[in-house]
Amino acid sequence: MALSGVEIFKHLPKTNCKKCGFPTCLAFAMKLAAKGVSIDACPDISEEAKKLLGEASAPPIRLITIGAGDKAVKVGEEVVLFRHDKKFFNPCGFAVAIKDTESSDEIKKKIEAVKTSEIDRVGQKLRVEMIAVTDAANDPAKFASVVKNVVDSAPGVPLILHSMNPSVIEAGLALCADKRPLIYAATNENAEAMAKLAKDKKCPLAIYANGLDALTSLSEKVKGLGVEDIVLDSGARKAKDMLEHFTMIRRSAVKKSFKPFGYPVIAFANRDDSMMEALIAGIGVMKYASIIVLSSIEKWKMLSLLTLRQNIYTDPQVPMQVEQKIYKVGEATDKSPVIVTTNFSLTYFIVRGEIENSKVPCWLAILDVEGLSVLTAWAAGKFSPAKIAAFVKESGIEKTVSHKEVIIPGYVAVLSGSLEEKLGEGWKVVVGPREANALPAFLKSRGA
Amino acid sequence: MAFTIPKENYNGKVYEVELGVGDRAIKIGGESTLPFLSFEGEMPNRPSIAIEIQDLPPNDWPDTVKKVYEKVSSNPVAWAKFCQDELKADAVALRLISTHPDQKDTKPEDAAKLVSEVLNVISIPVIILGSEHIEKDIAVLKTVAETAKGKNCIIGKAQEENHKTIAAVAMANEHKLIAMSQLDVNLAKQLNILLTQMGFVKERILTDPMSSALGYGLEYTYSVMERIRLAALQQNDGAMQPPLVCDIGKNVWKTKETIAAEAELPEWGSLEERGIIWEAMTAAGMIMAGANLLVMRHPKAIELTKKLIEELR
Repeated sequence: MALSGVEIFKHLPKTNCKKCGFPTCLAFAMKLAAKGVSIDACPDISEEAKKLLGEASAPPIRLITIGAGDKAVKVGEEVVLFRHDKKFFNPCGFAVAIKDTESSDEIKKKIEAVKTSEIDRVGQKLRVEMIAVTDAANDPAKFASVVKNVVDSAPGVPLILHSMNPSVIEAGLALCADKRPLIYAATNENAEAMAKLAKDKKCPLAIYANGLDALTSLSEKVKGLGVEDIVLDSGARKAKDMLEHFTMIRRSAVKKSFKPFGYPVIAFANRDDSMMEALIAGIGVMKYASIIVLSSIEKWKMLSLLTLRQNIYTDPQVPMQVEQKIYKVGEATDKSPVIVTTNFSLTYFIVRGEIENSKVPCWLAILDVEGLSVLTAWAAGKFSPAKIAAFVKESGIEKTVSHKEVIIPGYVAVLSGSLEEKLGEGWKVVVGPREANALPAFLKSRGA
Repeated sequence: MAFTIPKENYNGKVYEVELGVGDRAIKIGGESTLPFLSFEGEMPNRPSIAIEIQDLPPNDWPDTVKKVYEKVSSNPVAWAKFCQDELKADAVALRLISTHPDQKDTKPEDAAKLVSEVLNVISIPVIILGSEHIEKDIAVLKTVAETAKGKNCIIGKAQEENHKTIAAVAMANEHKLIAMSQLDVNLAKQLNILLTQMGFVKERILTDPMSSALGYGLEYTYSVMERIRLAALQQNDGAMQPPLVCDIGKNVWKTKETIAAEAELPEWGSLEERGIIWEAMTAAGMIMAGANLLVMRHPKAIELTKKLIEELR
């Protein structure tokens, strides 16, 4: 249950020692209530109070780490139903399933696809994070050989070990327990054995039950067996069940502090039609899945899913930014126009898109204004003649183009005189259109 | 601990709006819950999809989608019929792009003549879109709305700067109206209030929150729509209860992801699938955020989206 700042304050030492970095214990308590600081920042708190407050301030959905090292995947710790209420914190992890009955050639291809899945989008590196080795042969030795193959050829890539047979899981774990794979899955039938493996090897454990009532009892049972790191699967495979179950699980955890559902959710999006599979996975991305297992990871498919995930998990309060620099759009030459705008990613994408539509090659000069749009940046004094001039001068564009002309957005026409002055002798500032969609006509008319 | 279904109690619902006339009329909206959560409310109508056509050959569309319409796209009337008869479209969205002063600056009377021909050959609902040129749309939409009287079309898009005239002609000729604002909950609400203040019946409005494509601001549209829908349900706010329409085809099919060849960007994979999934995934996002009507281009993306909608019901 969430405690208020005042309730938390009652359990603090009330010494106002400032060692936590806050001026008073009350200020620290308020920050704790807002989940903006860890209880560990207070050096003098009693163990008893710490346990009490630690539970109260724990996020409603437990953070689970799968894998070890710098490629480990962290999921969970979500606190809202809608991204606009705060944000979604830990992007869902994607895994590709490899069946132990697949040919060695197919397996090799999939591993290679995972290793080369990284794309760069708006400065972020995105990729398929995990591999789910899936038991289809019910043969511990066969399963283990595929696990070994994956561990050897994809070092560091976190694993999901998928079998309902504890001896198959045990055989796989023998090769990778130190790499903290996710065990999938404990069921009502095998819970004791699976829980023991998870506990002994200190690995997270996914639990599978058919429906939310059964999942509730299994979650309590596995927790009772001493497993802390749990991942939930309610058996939802159809889009409708996924949406409804995941919504109920997230709501129960976040709004009702329903402990059995205070864990991340795993989704399986297997379809014969890969495009359909992509859309089903997309539902998982938007609606609360923390791990999504796919049967194939074609590049076009992952581009759409990784982009969707980036969109959904973007912090709504922090605008996406692109890097400050001069971007070459099309086959720009020394005669091509130079267009200046801000580094808000939407501004950049839209302006760039319209330049591309115009088929007129340009140099696009993107000024770092901390991700604000043109008018906002101008109002905040971040898109000022001095800053634009300094950037244009330092960018080296003078060496790239043979003219001394820059085009500025129509909304800041008022800057043109002052910018010409700041740029100095010989420079000319041209006022472009207000909206990007008028750029093609503008650029074409200049060319004519 | 026993699990109990965590239901929300809503006191508002989205207006149900009928489009078109006769057997082929469709209904959209009417839901009293967030999209597809049937455990806590009704969603009487599935989201509908209109196929976008235009009054100019789509020379600037990427090949992936242009080639689908190769045989018909030089003739908008044949194109409309193809969408109805071959593609089994729910509705057609005719964009009068040639009326834009930067295009052919087609006269309102000529645009109206085309509208009349299209309406004569198909019986499914028609959305008539201008070129989104503020001044020109006033003249064009006025004339075509009169021509289309009695067909219960959707006319659009009215924006803040030109909503008065466009709303007046939509009202006088008994059409529905798309009101578009710039990606902001309050602007969307304000425009709907302005419309109702001038006597426009709010149950005849469709809100266009301004669509965007996957990777190009989808998250903004997504959150604006979620907030509009929550305001409709939780606060019973009449100005937020019109169905949501998302005009995504034109945003999707100008992104680099739908255009760039695989040879140029091998890490992006096959161009054909990439373009189709880009439109379908954008559609999936809009549907999850509450869209009631989508305007799309590629038949395969539409088919996928419809399959997804069926699986969600």
